[in-house]
Amino acid sequence: MEIKRIKVVSSKCTGCRLCMQICAISHHEEINPRKTRLKIEAHFPEPGVYKPRVCTQCGKCLEVCPENAIYRREDGAFIVIPEKCTNCGECIAVCKPGVIFQHRDLDYVLICDNCFKCTELCNTGAITIHTRVVKEDK
Amino acid sequence: MIVQKYPGADGLAGTTLRINLTTGEIKSLPTDTRLMREWFGGRGAIAKIIYDEVPRDADPLGPKNLFIMSAGVMSGCFIPAGAKIGFGSVSPLTNGHGDSNMGGHLGPTLKFAGYDMVIMSGIAPKPSYLFIDDDVVELRDASQYWGMGSLECEPALKKDLGEDFEIATIGPAAENGILFSCITHDFGRQAGRTGQGAVMGSKKLKAIAVRGTGGIKVHDLAGLTEHVTAIIKRTQTHPNMEPWQKYGTAFFIDWSNKNAVIPTRNFQTTHYENIDGINGEALVEKCLITHKACFGCWMNCGKYTKAVIPGKKTVYLEGPEYETGALCGSNLGMTDINQVAYLNWLLDNVGMDTMSGGGVIAFGMECFQRGLITTDDLEGHTLNWGSVEDAEHFVDMIVNRRGIGDWFAGGTKRAAEKIGRDSIKFAMQVKGQEMSGYDGRHAPGMLLAYMTCDIGAHHNRAWTITVDMAEGRDTVEGRAKVVVYLQHIRPLFDCWCICRLFWGELDIEPEEIVESLNHITGWNIDTAEALKTSEKVWNLVRCHYLERNRANGRTFDYPPARSWEDKIPTGPSAGKGVSKEQVETMLDEYYACRGWDNDGNPSREVLHDLKLDFAADNLEKIGLLGKPLPDGIPAVRGERYKPKAF
Repeated sequence: MEIKRIKVVSSKCTGCRLCMQICAISHHEEINPRKTRLKIEAHFPEPGVYKPRVCTQCGKCLEVCPENAIYRREDGAFIVIPEKCTNCGECIAVCKPGVIFQHRDLDYVLICDNCFKCTELCNTGAITIHTRVVKEDK
Repeated sequence: MIVQKYPGADGLAGTTLRINLTTGEIKSLPTDTRLMREWFGGRGAIAKIIYDEVPRDADPLGPKNLFIMSAGVMSGCFIPAGAKIGFGSVSPLTNGHGDSNMGGHLGPTLKFAGYDMVIMSGIAPKPSYLFIDDDVVELRDASQYWGMGSLECEPALKKDLGEDFEIATIGPAAENGILFSCITHDFGRQAGRTGQGAVMGSKKLKAIAVRGTGGIKVHDLAGLTEHVTAIIKRTQTHPNMEPWQKYGTAFFIDWSNKNAVIPTRNFQTTHYENIDGINGEALVEKCLITHKACFGCWMNCGKYTKAVIPGKKTVYLEGPEYETGALCGSNLGMTDINQVAYLNWLLDNVGMDTMSGGGVIAFGMECFQRGLITTDDLEGHTLNWGSVEDAEHFVDMIVNRRGIGDWFAGGTKRAAEKIGRDSIKFAMQVKGQEMSGYDGRHAPGMLLAYMTCDIGAHHNRAWTITVDMAEGRDTVEGRAKVVVYLQHIRPLFDCWCICRLFWGELDIEPEEIVESLNHITGWNIDTAEALKTSEKVWNLVRCHYLERNRANGRTFDYPPARSWEDKIPTGPSAGKGVSKEQVETMLDEYYACRGWDNDGNPSREVLHDLKLDFAADNLEKIGLLGKPLPDGIPAVRGERYKPKAF
């Protein structure tokens, strides 16, 4: 079985936000980088670096969700069930990289679901797909 | 206050703001979709509004001038490099229509906040900044930011408002009415040309801060996504991508030197002996911190850097890109990239356009070289080639308008008028705006592009230098029709508010960009219609210039006499140069190609063809309507030319 997630090399990020745009288009059919499931932090004027923040699949969100609105899919992604999510924000409070998002148009939270559209458009290799093979229990 | 918002047509945010800075009144209106369709937003819509609404005798720095920002129809719309925002007003530098644009993130964010355009009039009674947070629009007190450098004001505002605000600022130069002041955003992106910062400063508007969380609706999102994704993936492996990503436009420093067009010591010669100290390699090796892209751009031409000079504080900046590298590098005789980067930071922070700023300092240095100004004029300082200290002191005199610094506050043309003694011969400007970083003496198409540029000398409207290289540098015949074509296609990008660099560098055809436009807007136009709309904008801007300056157009279209009097003295182009007769020939051909008469005035026939009869009427009233052309006007003005990538 393969577990996948996004791998980040911050030094390669140029802050273009194509990743955030395609993320919103893919999931919400809308050009709106605020409806995204990853973010780019910009640290300017000093030291002058971009830091992509992505889901590390730590699972804290699932642990604290009071509604059982999050489950882990076999590829490693943590999937939000919009119908169950009450937008309470408890998961946001425990998300260390800060990559669970709310938007005023939506009544559920947004978490990366491993679609990897963002990695396809990243032209510098700042975000790529990381694959880990896990032995299945027999 | 919370303003009323309006739904946008495809590709548009929907709402336009009109703000009277004198009274503080803020009005929101539905964006004029007809104006956007007929003038393409951005530079085009700005040109039409300024033409219609600013009185011809209005002082560019007075309350009747408008200051407009427009995000166009494509900015923010998942189009490659769809990141621009345009600013426009009557230019205090040229006394004609002026517009300038910049990348970064402000344009898209303005649209995500719900606004296509902000039209500002009047003068604020005290230093203010425009605050936009989705539906909330306010003029806020900027007293605590007034006097700050541009690069210092941006982080100060982010600290006070939040990191997710996109911010444009001006510096002390604009506050003090220096006519070539710029607007700065994203720690190093500038709308530098035509003195838009000076207009912003005259209106006591220190900054613009925008946060937007909405989306933009487009006509065919699936089609657009497929089209754009294919372009991005196809070009990821283009041979130009790697050098472009590595060096950005600084890549061209070596190229320009090798081809002997790089301005050196105020355009005295075209080949620089210390190029290795200031080229792209030096930039990457000595100064680079990170590559930096505008919103949605996969080419990341921006280079975020730091400049380290012994005895001075380490400074952080974006650049130097090509123009700054040339005009503040070889053109000032700087020998080390850290010097160039430091001057880049200095001018950015005081808020001067590094292109005009570099030109002005270079002009001052040549005046000093020739004894036209002395240490007595410079508060005891020298103004020598290659001296950062001298340049820094001179800039301080200009920004604070001390002594002869005040003469240079209006650019090289006004300074030459004060200095006299034929210094106008080497004031390297046209219509009051300083030339870009290419010497046109052995690149006649580029010279013609400067001469005829609608906003004063500027390379961006028609970057003809590669055409000269490809088609022959010793001949001027036939160059006009290509210049005209480039003057139509390149400003289209400024209307749409997207970057043009990917078009020339990555072999993306104009038709592919028009297809993107159609996916976004549903207009279903073709490239010919797009070009004709751009030609309409060009002609309106020309009419506006003539109406304000009241003389035959030809009289304004000459470069400084150095262009034909001084042959290039050194380097691979030694002994080369155009003659006055060749300059006249190029103008003759250019006017004929445009459907203008030989005095450089647009004819009624061409204005009618472009649906500009109202402008023809206005020219006729002041006796500047072009005479009918003996053979009629060309059916199509300009000849398509595919630029060769270098």
